[in-house]
Amino acid sequence: MRLKLKIWRQEAATQPGAMVDYMLDDVSEHMSFLEMIDLLNETLVGKGERVVEFDHDCREGICGQCGMMINGRAHGPLPNTTTCQLHMRSFKDGDTIYIEPFRAAAFPIVRDLKIDRSGFDRVIQAGGFISASTGQPPEANSILISHDVTEAAFDAAACIGCGACVATCKNSSAALFTSAKITHLALLPQGKLEAADRVVNMVDQMEAEGFGHCSNTEACEVECPQSISVLHIARMNFEYNKALVMKP
Amino acid sequence: MKTNSLQYKLWMSGTGLFLCFFLVIHLLGNLQLFLPPDRAREQFNWYSHLLAGNIIIEIIAYVLYASIIGHTVYAIILTVKKSKANGTKYVYDKRGVSSVWYSRNMGLLGTIIFLFLIIHFKDFWYQYKFTNLPLDAKGNKDLYTIVEKAYQQLWYVLVYEVALIALGFHLLHGFFSAARTLGVFHPKYVRWVKVVGWVYTTVIILGFMAMPVYVYLNSL
Ligand code: HEM
Ligand code: FES
Repeated sequence: MRLKLKIWRQEAATQPGAMVDYMLDDVSEHMSFLEMIDLLNETLVGKGERVVEFDHDCREGICGQCGMMINGRAHGPLPNTTTCQLHMRSFKDGDTIYIEPFRAAAFPIVRDLKIDRSGFDRVIQAGGFISASTGQPPEANSILISHDVTEAAFDAAACIGCGACVATCKNSSAALFTSAKITHLALLPQGKLEAADRVVNMVDQMEAEGFGHCSNTEACEVECPQSISVLHIARMNFEYNKALVMKP
Repeated sequence: MKTNSLQYKLWMSGTGLFLCFFLVIHLLGNLQLFLPPDRAREQFNWYSHLLAGNIIIEIIAYVLYASIIGHTVYAIILTVKKSKANGTKYVYDKRGVSSVWYSRNMGLLGTIIFLFLIIHFKDFWYQYKFTNLPLDAKGNKDLYTIVEKAYQQLWYVLVYEVALIALGFHLLHGFFSAARTLGVFHPKYVRWVKVVGWVYTTVIILGFMAMPVYVYLNSL
């Protein structure tokens, strides 16, 4: 098929960007969205132009690198799908496709579609861990935990940190991302011990990075490739409020 | 512990829920307007006088003023903060498909409510508290006549209906959102909060919407 692409081009964070039009022929419906951009980039290389830069790594929906805004939605028209798992069969011949980077003050644009998501890393560094002394691994069955709790913790841990929640949020809130990590650890016996410090530190860091507040529109859950539940945000609020009351 | 948006949201949910609670009392009291006009006048004026002299009601009134102001101030702070957090705008934006419109427009709905509150306070609250109203047969200030006169004008009734629809959508999202801000996370209770929010909003809004219409129709 033949597509008209409108792609955000920007040299560097400090320079202004703009949408640039490209016509692309011979796109197969079996291609993934990223392969379609690869094809465009081959034509650009042929013409001696700079390629469209975008992040990607696994191309199998698990690393969370490939976030971009496609036709005004995070990761494109399908709910709960990463860009690399979006295929061109979701589009038709003659379509115009708008492609932009995820936008948020806390996610500065590096170049074209590439953004700097290290704000997420710093939120994790602020408390997304348990303090364990190193040494021999302990006997696994010495800490009792039920199957349901491990499953619930794993559901929260499934977040791949792609940033679609922030991109799709009208307030650029990182509540879904942060709450998934907080819930993951608050459920586990090892994580419970530091739950109060963790939630306070991570929420403060989220604020310091310049993410917005949560208005509970629930748009993030719709776009999340891992279908992380918004109830984790409720859980984060619960843990935070508990810390407000109980923390010395 | 630093102040942050989550704490601001706690204030919004606390003040918002207090306003929700106030609406219940306000609705129950105003049900007296549905009595036959002569009895309504007597009852309503007596009730207004009763409230005006009660210390508990006075305390609730001050909490009410503080809640309206606090809720609005935090709404403004959060709106400014979120514009900063958003950075540059999307050129092509279809994000709206993944949430309901009223959840994204609480600020707009709130602004309509705020403008309405100015009219509402000016026409009833101010009149009652700060002007010398004529007295009714029992010697109580005749607030009922003020209400009756106001709702005999069609445009005034329409302003009320529009504002109440805005309030309805604000409550539909607000009630549930406040519960979430407070941290209700168990799926069992989350389901109930949604149901209670719908029932609460429907009863409150239909109840208030019926009052101006009833008085208007009675006056024809
Ligand atoms: C004075 C006019 C008002 C304004 C400007 C206003 C504004 C807002 C805004 C912007 C929000 C969303 C905050 C967010 O982004 O999450 C909100 C939430 C809310 N509002 Fe209002 N509002 C007003 C009046 C009211 C009234 C009269 C009520 C109740 C009777 C109310 C109840 C609520 C509740 C319960 C919430 C949810 C708080 C939360 O999400 O935690 N508001 N309001
Ligand atoms: S490239 Fe890894 S999730 Fe898309």
